[in-house]
Amino acid sequence: MDKTVNNKAWFLVLPVLVLVAFSAVIPLMTVVNYSVNDTFGNNQFFWAGLEWFEEMVTSSRLHDALGRQVLFSAIILAIEVPLGIFIALNMPKKGFWASLCLVLMALPLLIPFNVVGTIWQIFGRVDIGLLGRGLAAIGIDYNYTNDALDAWITVIVMDVWHWTSLVALLCYAGLQSIAQAYYQAARIDQASRWAVFRYIELPKMQGVLLIAVLLRFMDSFMIYTEPFVVTGGGPGNSTTFLSIDLVKMAVGQFDLGPAAAFSIMYFLVILLVSWVFYTVMTNLDKAEGQ
Amino acid sequence: MMRVKSSAIVMTIYLLFLLVPIYWLVNMSFKTNAEITGAFTLFPHELTLRNYAVILTDPSWYMGYVNSLIYVVMNTVISITVALPAAYAFSRYSFMGDKHLFFWLLTNRMSPPAVFALPFFQLYSSVGLFDTHIAVALAHCLFNVPLAVWILEGFMRGVPKEIDETAYIDGYGFGRFFIKIFMPLIASGIGVAAFFCFMFSWVELLLSRTLTSVNAKPIAATMTRTVSASGMDWGVLAAAGVLTIIPGALVIYFVRNYIAKGFALGRV
Repeated sequence: MDKTVNNKAWFLVLPVLVLVAFSAVIPLMTVVNYSVNDTFGNNQFFWAGLEWFEEMVTSSRLHDALGRQVLFSAIILAIEVPLGIFIALNMPKKGFWASLCLVLMALPLLIPFNVVGTIWQIFGRVDIGLLGRGLAAIGIDYNYTNDALDAWITVIVMDVWHWTSLVALLCYAGLQSIAQAYYQAARIDQASRWAVFRYIELPKMQGVLLIAVLLRFMDSFMIYTEPFVVTGGGPGNSTTFLSIDLVKMAVGQFDLGPAAAFSIMYFLVILLVSWVFYTVMTNLDKAEGQ
Repeated sequence: MMRVKSSAIVMTIYLLFLLVPIYWLVNMSFKTNAEITGAFTLFPHELTLRNYAVILTDPSWYMGYVNSLIYVVMNTVISITVALPAAYAFSRYSFMGDKHLFFWLLTNRMSPPAVFALPFFQLYSSVGLFDTHIAVALAHCLFNVPLAVWILEGFMRGVPKEIDETAYIDGYGFGRFFIKIFMPLIASGIGVAAFFCFMFSWVELLLSRTLTSVNAKPIAATMTRTVSASGMDWGVLAAAGVLTIIPGALVIYFVRNYIAKGFALGRV
């Protein structure tokens, strides 16, 4: 759509700018300040330069947390995106059943994060949980509080439970926008089910899929509450992801300098990925507009 | 015919996968603790409302819900109020730096709350807002304002520009036009944006827990209290969990067609 050039529009944006500056820029500058200073309390600071950054870049603790985080996000994407597409393709197209599916599928998305953790904690426990008891009954040795692999599986299944619906709902919205004429043309050509998916549905879903991947990557990359409630980052450090480690360092141990340096690098990674996705998204919009 | 059947089977399996854990929570909330830890039952044999009674009669419990509701409503009102003019500006005008600003707003939705937890704590402590509802409401603006701007912008783009122009010719000022004519036109968009602000503020725990201690403590943080000397109070924990799901479940039907839009920042 053609828009009028008008720099006075800045006045309309001003309230947002002030508010977000207060809740984003000031805190971020505090972090920057901590990351280059050393403090012994009482608001006395000593210039530390890049010392904390050097310490963090070479720390094996950060490397391990980052490794676990990347592995976790990769597994989440590899499961949720194909599964979400598959579910969206199987959803009823309209009527009562479509509404029912939408409502039920959205339910996990609207549950507070720590309650999601609580649900899975209760569900998975060997002594009182349906899942834990059920697995024990069929002879599978499952205990997420002792076994690192079981803890990982629990956290991943929980995330799949929590967020696959989001991918499915986005894809569903994309599928709904495909005109019937495409399907009719495909039927005339006697296209196979796979060909319809590959050449009609998938290209039409490109835009929403991009958003789905972006959201799932970001949110899994900063996951905190759910694994914290279920496993507390354990057993040992096996499910300590970046955010959990960061909060432990900053609020638990009050290592402000290293935590701040950690935060900034974490934030830069997020910024970089957002920028890449945003650029691809806007280019895609332009291409569609032409 | 075969295809219809197979898709129905897939959906049934998936929905069961989604609902069984929730069922287990609801089931447990109606059981006594003795039944939870002693016997393994698929549905409560001794149906009890004690767990809910504990929450609804003890101020330290139900005030958690009140606190959460207060800051969530405050946050929703603030977010929508500041986002409305901004979304209008983005949807109608192009101005210096608009694209960069739009992207910057997006990064705030994407930034990890863990990065902001400690600085928020210090910022709000230093201005004397620690443990107040407004502190949490302002902190949640970090991700809710960008969300509201993006969703509202999407709805506003659907309103033809001719309406604005006609109103100006008829002698409406900007303020009167915006409130009397424009806002009713995007009423559904405002509803959807408000719902999502409410929801994202309601589900967030890390920031709200860091910024409060007693007076504004949210229900989510109160739930960690159920560990006591006599062991876990599983029944009350489950009941508290069920009560936090209710606000979302109540309105979900009305926004069912906009859920994808809300989660995707209005980009669908």
